[in-house]
Amino acid sequence: METHGFAFLAPWLVFAPVVGLLINIIFGGWFMKQPWGERAIGAIAATASGAAFVVSALLAYTVFAGHGELARWTLGQWIYIGDLKLDWTFRLDSLSTTMMLVVSGVGTLIHIYAIGYMHEDVRFKNDIPRYQRFFVFLNLFIAAMMILVSGDSYMMLFVGWEGVGLCSFLLIGFWYDMDTLGRSSWANSNAAKKAFIANRVGDFGFLIAGFLMFWRLGSFQFDQVFAAAPTLAASDHTTIILITLFMLIGVAGKSAQIPLYVWLPDAMAGPTPVSALIHAATMVTAGVYLVTRSAPLYTLVPEAQYIVAMTGAVTALFAATIAVGQYDIKKVLAYSTISQLGFMVAAVGMGAYVAGMFHLITHAFFKALLFLSAGSIILGLERGHHHLAHGHGHGDHHEEVFDPGDMRNMGGLRKTMPVTFWLYMIGTLALAGIVPFAGFWSKDEILLDANLHYTGVYWILTIAAFLTAFYMGRQIWMVFFGEARHEAAAHAEESPAVMTVPLMVLAVLSVLGGALNLPFEGFHNLTHWLGHTLGEVEVMPLNWVVAGASTALALTAIFLSWWIYGRNPLKAGQPDPLKKPLGLAFTGMENKWFVDEGYWFVIVDRYVDISRFLADKVDWEFWHDWFHEKVIAGTYNWLSNIALNEVADQKGIDAFANFLGKATQWLSGTTRKFQNGFVRSYALSVFLGVVIILGYLLLK
Amino acid sequence: MEFLSQPLTLLTFFPLLGVLALAFIPGERKNLLRWTALVTTLVTFGLSLWVLSQFKSENPALQLVAQYNWITVAGWNIQYHLGVDGLSILLVLLTAFLTPISILSTWTAVEERVKDFMMFFLLLEVGMMGVFLAQDLFLFYIFWEFTLVPMYFLIGIWGGPRRIYAAVKFFLYTMAGSILMLLAILWLGINVGTFSVPDMIGKVPPGVQILLFLAFTAAFAIKVPMWPLHSWLPDAHVEAPTAGSVILAGVLLKMGTYGFLRFNIPLFPQASVQLAPWLALFATIGIIYGAAVSYAQSDVKKLVAYSSVSHLGFVMLGMFALNEQGIEGAILQMINHGLSTGALFLLIGMIYEQTHTREIKVYGGLWKITPIFGTIMLIASLSSMGLPGLNGFVGEFTILLGAFGSQAIGSPWYAGISAAGVIMAAVYILYMFQKMFLGPTGSIVEEVKHHGHALRDLNWREILTVLPLLIFIFWIGLYPKPFFDLMAPTVKALVAALPLP
Repeated sequence: METHGFAFLAPWLVFAPVVGLLINIIFGGWFMKQPWGERAIGAIAATASGAAFVVSALLAYTVFAGHGELARWTLGQWIYIGDLKLDWTFRLDSLSTTMMLVVSGVGTLIHIYAIGYMHEDVRFKNDIPRYQRFFVFLNLFIAAMMILVSGDSYMMLFVGWEGVGLCSFLLIGFWYDMDTLGRSSWANSNAAKKAFIANRVGDFGFLIAGFLMFWRLGSFQFDQVFAAAPTLAASDHTTIILITLFMLIGVAGKSAQIPLYVWLPDAMAGPTPVSALIHAATMVTAGVYLVTRSAPLYTLVPEAQYIVAMTGAVTALFAATIAVGQYDIKKVLAYSTISQLGFMVAAVGMGAYVAGMFHLITHAFFKALLFLSAGSIILGLERGHHHLAHGHGHGDHHEEVFDPGDMRNMGGLRKTMPVTFWLYMIGTLALAGIVPFAGFWSKDEILLDANLHYTGVYWILTIAAFLTAFYMGRQIWMVFFGEARHEAAAHAEESPAVMTVPLMVLAVLSVLGGALNLPFEGFHNLTHWLGHTLGEVEVMPLNWVVAGASTALALTAIFLSWWIYGRNPLKAGQPDPLKKPLGLAFTGMENKWFVDEGYWFVIVDRYVDISRFLADKVDWEFWHDWFHEKVIAGTYNWLSNIALNEVADQKGIDAFANFLGKATQWLSGTTRKFQNGFVRSYALSVFLGVVIILGYLLLK
Repeated sequence: MEFLSQPLTLLTFFPLLGVLALAFIPGERKNLLRWTALVTTLVTFGLSLWVLSQFKSENPALQLVAQYNWITVAGWNIQYHLGVDGLSILLVLLTAFLTPISILSTWTAVEERVKDFMMFFLLLEVGMMGVFLAQDLFLFYIFWEFTLVPMYFLIGIWGGPRRIYAAVKFFLYTMAGSILMLLAILWLGINVGTFSVPDMIGKVPPGVQILLFLAFTAAFAIKVPMWPLHSWLPDAHVEAPTAGSVILAGVLLKMGTYGFLRFNIPLFPQASVQLAPWLALFATIGIIYGAAVSYAQSDVKKLVAYSSVSHLGFVMLGMFALNEQGIEGAILQMINHGLSTGALFLLIGMIYEQTHTREIKVYGGLWKITPIFGTIMLIASLSSMGLPGLNGFVGEFTILLGAFGSQAIGSPWYAGISAAGVIMAAVYILYMFQKMFLGPTGSIVEEVKHHGHALRDLNWREILTVLPLLIFIFWIGLYPKPFFDLMAPTVKALVAALPLP
């Protein structure tokens, strides 16, 4: 019996956050009545997440010590019917433990940050008791995400897959009774619902892929599916293509790719730690993980791979153009996330799984950093605004609707929020792909691969990378430079250490993260580590031309953004300087190319119309009122009137009974044995029963 | 006293003792009446657990059989014949489980004629138990028709404004279907020479199976209700008192699906295989249609009522997949629907007691005002829309999986299209949850305050009423094995006997 090291701890990936959330559900109400209550709740949640991180580290060590050997830990049976065998089995290999470390590591940092962030957020929104709920949901998310990345079968993965969708719904709609500006509204809950439904469309694809997989490949368990796939691919190529493409629908839903990305920008309605954790660093990368996990399937069908790669590339470019035209600091980052997810999806579509995973990891660092810094900026402006409202002695600061996330209200923040400024700069340089920050190495690896195998994808991604550097530059100039365009920005205050310290950790990771997989001999650490799971992966040597070109482009883009936004800083009330030269194109970018409006017109409104038509016209007016009331009940009344009018005359009833008798004779086909009289008297007695009951009701 | 050694007889008729006791209690002692009914049903639930303890799940055959000759006139051979197997054990347990919960839900909701209400309720339990346990077609028919009477009065006396209309419609509609079944039963009894279901298996000539199948279908499809025979359901649900809705959705509808499983499939296997694509077609239409119509409702009870059309469509689809995954999923989904829809009706009843309205648009923002209520409602809603980890997913997933690869249905399209029903379920359930619990505070909150008492969260009795359902919602979602184990051998035997292509 070989030992599995710490594998027995695997269930605690899930149990630890569940214990945390149970404590906070049961005792949270009491905690909230104590002066130290908020800190206790936050500490319990962060500890629970931290425990999951420790378990992840031990499990990764176990895999490492076993030289990448796959380990499993079965907790129990789930669904067993005939050939269908599903277990609660945790899968420990280099790929799953890497995901665990990212999820719980970044997750724990964000838990800590949220202790400070939510403390202020619930006060600005005037609902302090809701603090408790936030950490319950956040722990629930960690639990679901752990199920997703550690499941040993497609269906266990799916449990986490929908579970994180639920948490996303709950947290996007955390301020469910208002809009992002704190006004009483349906807006936030609409955003939450939209996210869940768009994800369900993706889940539909996932399920169909699963059904095909079970009936054609005989299992949901990863290894069994992968073992059976090559044989099927040889005889029935189409089925594998169908499986992989239906799975792509799931990927498009969860990882916000065309055509299902529309929910992610709206998801910014959630508190900023949620945007960072769920809608940037972890949950949205689940689709990338799914394709990487399914590498043995995708590798069999180059046609599907090409479609995946193009989906990712086109999404990367499309979202980047929208990001250029946004004014909300979080919306820019949201479209940037969609765009970066496009890079990852393109990478795994091309078969560059390590590059995709590498970018997933570095992106988790720098995008979490950017979002959390943006949260710090937003709170900084809230503080400034609050300060002003109280300073002027009006008392009621709700009169003016102030949007603390609008970059047009910012400007000059590098002076008032210096720590946040530097942190944001690091995140920006990493995202823009400036050497030697983490994003440079991972993005370069993707471009390198595209350059070798898929020229079309390479060019699309290169343009997207150029735009990335441009919109990030635009943001930096608009937010931190020039003069404050709103009094709140002028009075913005720096955030406390509980928020900035986790940011510093992420900043360090954003600088050094590239070291995971440097393109030099002897430094391909991630490639070798993931190679244990993905098989031997092609090692990419550095291509100076590609690296040089992308760096030059990024620098050009940043320079261009300075030329437009930095040289002559935006004044309050001044329109975006790109508006005039780009004309209609900029209107398109500003309005997200009207995709939402299109979806509303083509799908949502039509669905509402159809379901109203079915409900009101078909089901009620026609079927319920006309057919049942008029035709059936009407005929019945007419007949019973005849029966009542001729009550003395038994003919009517006899005719009815005889009709039934005849019908039965015809049915039975045997007249010989048939007891005609019995049926007749039964029919009569049923009829009389109805009459008696009706009589009772009439006389009552 | 042979009765005492027969668990099933005791289980079926024990509530009659309660009826007898109630008869001697004066009508104005309402709490005593309530307690008597509750204790009776709790003891009945205890008896059902005793039956479970005696039940050998590895045995596919009928168990704990009680069998006597009853009416033997003119060559007719009608028996008193009860038995339980993997197809019915869970439904028996569900019935015994939901009845005390329903009674608990009436504690403050029913103040008028408490005595009559409780008596009818206990009589209803006798009928439901009999339906699930009877193994003689004639006996089954008697129980089947018998359940109509108490339910008729429960809707007709304690229902909403249009209760008489709804009650009569419920009664006549179901009765109309039953008459065709009765004719088929009589034909079978005469031509096969027995009314005993196990004795009849394999003896129905293939040539007449289709007609007989359709005759039984007339009764069962109305009860389920399968599209397009669902028109009585919204009326009945909207007008029925909460406890009536819970039992109607939780148990009475399952009598229809159970009927298909107990009679149509084993007695008419050739016809079942032949007609499976047609039933799958109607089931699929029901899933999509029910979900679409549900979304457009403004009355929350009607919304849940139409969602039942969709959910029961899943049950029918799985059943006529005629493979193990499909049928076991269908049986489990019958239980799941009883739990989740039962919980939804209970919860809606609890808020209705305070607000006296079911109009969705007057609600809004309730989660903030009644956090416990909101959270429990969320769990019930998620269970209903099939979130993995909760019970509904296990049923829907196995059903769709079974139907997708079903030899009898012969095409993955039915399951493929039905899987879109999962998206549509999210649409109507989230719509309901959002409009009632999220968003700005609804007008009803002020209105209730205007009448002198603020909207309150659930009290202990109400939490206790739904808590057992929640436990099973999680249990079945995470560890359904014990439930599948109970039915697996019987289902395996049932499928093995089918002449699949």
